[in-house]
Amino acid sequence: MQSDKTSIPAATVPVPSRRRFPVQWLGVLPFAVFVTLFLIMPTMKIVLGAFQTPDGTLTLDNIRGLFTPSIMAAYWISIKISLASAILGCIIGFGVSSAVVLGGLPQWIRGPLLTFSGVASNFAGVPLAFAFLATLGPVGLLTVFLKTQLGLDLRLLGFNLLSFWGLTLTYLFFQIPLMVLIITPALDGLKREWREAAEILGATGPQYWRMVAFPILFPSLLGTLALLFANAFGAVATAIALTGSSLNIVPILLFAQIRGDVLGDPHLGYALAFGMIVITGIANAIYIWLRARSERWLK
Amino acid sequence: MKRIWAWGALIFGLLYFFLPLIGMTNFSLKMRRGEYSFDAYARVLADPKFQETFGFSVMMALFTILFGILLIVPTAYWVRLKMPGLRPYIEFVTLLPLVIPAIVIVFGYIRLYNTSSWLPLTGTTTGTNILLMFGYATLALPYMYRAVDTGLRTIDVTTLTEAAQSLGAGWITILSRIILPNVLVAVLSGAFLTFAIVIGEFTMAALLNRPAFGPYMQLLGANRAYEPAALAVIAFGITWACMGLIQLVTRFSKHTRAQR
Repeated sequence: MQSDKTSIPAATVPVPSRRRFPVQWLGVLPFAVFVTLFLIMPTMKIVLGAFQTPDGTLTLDNIRGLFTPSIMAAYWISIKISLASAILGCIIGFGVSSAVVLGGLPQWIRGPLLTFSGVASNFAGVPLAFAFLATLGPVGLLTVFLKTQLGLDLRLLGFNLLSFWGLTLTYLFFQIPLMVLIITPALDGLKREWREAAEILGATGPQYWRMVAFPILFPSLLGTLALLFANAFGAVATAIALTGSSLNIVPILLFAQIRGDVLGDPHLGYALAFGMIVITGIANAIYIWLRARSERWLK
Repeated sequence: MKRIWAWGALIFGLLYFFLPLIGMTNFSLKMRRGEYSFDAYARVLADPKFQETFGFSVMMALFTILFGILLIVPTAYWVRLKMPGLRPYIEFVTLLPLVIPAIVIVFGYIRLYNTSSWLPLTGTTTGTNILLMFGYATLALPYMYRAVDTGLRTIDVTTLTEAAQSLGAGWITILSRIILPNVLVAVLSGAFLTFAIVIGEFTMAALLNRPAFGPYMQLLGANRAYEPAALAVIAFGITWACMGLIQLVTRFSKHTRAQR
């Protein structure tokens, strides 16, 4: 009796009767309350705080306060690191994935590679920083090996793990596997018929890639790039564990601001956080939009 | 020619990934001068702070998983059964924690639930722990919801529910004895992923000042040489174990399904 009434999908009943409506909504109430209290409201607090003075009146001063040289420099270096690690992650991940999917490697490599990518893409944060310090730090395995065996002194060559390239190299450890995880299904979606059709029409290998495969993969590639960018931009733990506070990037600056108000203005902290949401938000919007486009081809 | 390139790319990737792992393992074994030993591990494992923080993080992870299951399984089930029109919106909301960096969310918590607010969670230790658990549940939301929803897709929710109802089952019975066992594999995958995320999480725990494993690792990293490498090996082992368990339960479920 009860199930007869309620099992009609809501989508097919555009105007449900008033009495049944609230009862149905009760089912998602706990979720709605949780999400509102611990996801939406905290975020709104930050967003609104970015546009308010301490006594609550609306202002744009906080946002304007972001455009000082030191904060702009922090954003800029964050964006550069995220972009560099995202682009390199995309290229290398694509190379590894296409080697396995299209390069004629034995099939058994695939399973372990995807499992390993799952592990590595989740191996971020503090331990990742330790792993890189133990490898490329001043007394790391690779540093010592290059110095004693090949006579290459990384420090004399200008490499420092606690720098732009050091951080980028470390971020790549979780960026590349993430790319492999996302792009492998897309490469699987390239139908063999497309290649055969192109070849029958006289296309060469590079022509097939340039005119068929690449345009199909393009939304996935660009979308994944946006996702990797957001992924690196929000990473806090790795950066702090690796560099302490020696590198002036936005997450570290925000961390210090929350801990001890280093900017000397709580509402500038809100604006700093708001800027982070805007940037990762844009990157993710691009990802979602392009993902929807690319999925048309993969059906 | 193509195959050479493919092997080259693969070997490059493998080198890139195995060098840091070898590096940290090698470093963690070098505490005793001139020979390999497990001294760093012994030192870490014997450290009462390690036991304390690790225990704390394990407890947090278990509570987060329990809370996540209690929150998400009924919600995903209900949405599939009664309100399929809501699905895109719920899915969008569950993806938000990937868009909003954890540091921003916890910043909001600190401002919203401080001692002078209407819900002063950060005023007490228990309150802060609960807040941290909610924070972890938020971080795990995208993975947990997706896992459970994918699991629900493979079963016929409507028929199962109607069958159970016609036999006189109430909602709690349906959820705990029909739906949950049927999506157990999906729930377990979500749970292991949640465990892997929570156990080493740094940002939220550090900013809420809780003695979790992540901040402990960071502190040790700033002060010691060999112990951090040992910790990294342990953390990698845990991540690997969680992913391995996901693979295992997935394979196990395929096996039982094929037998039917």
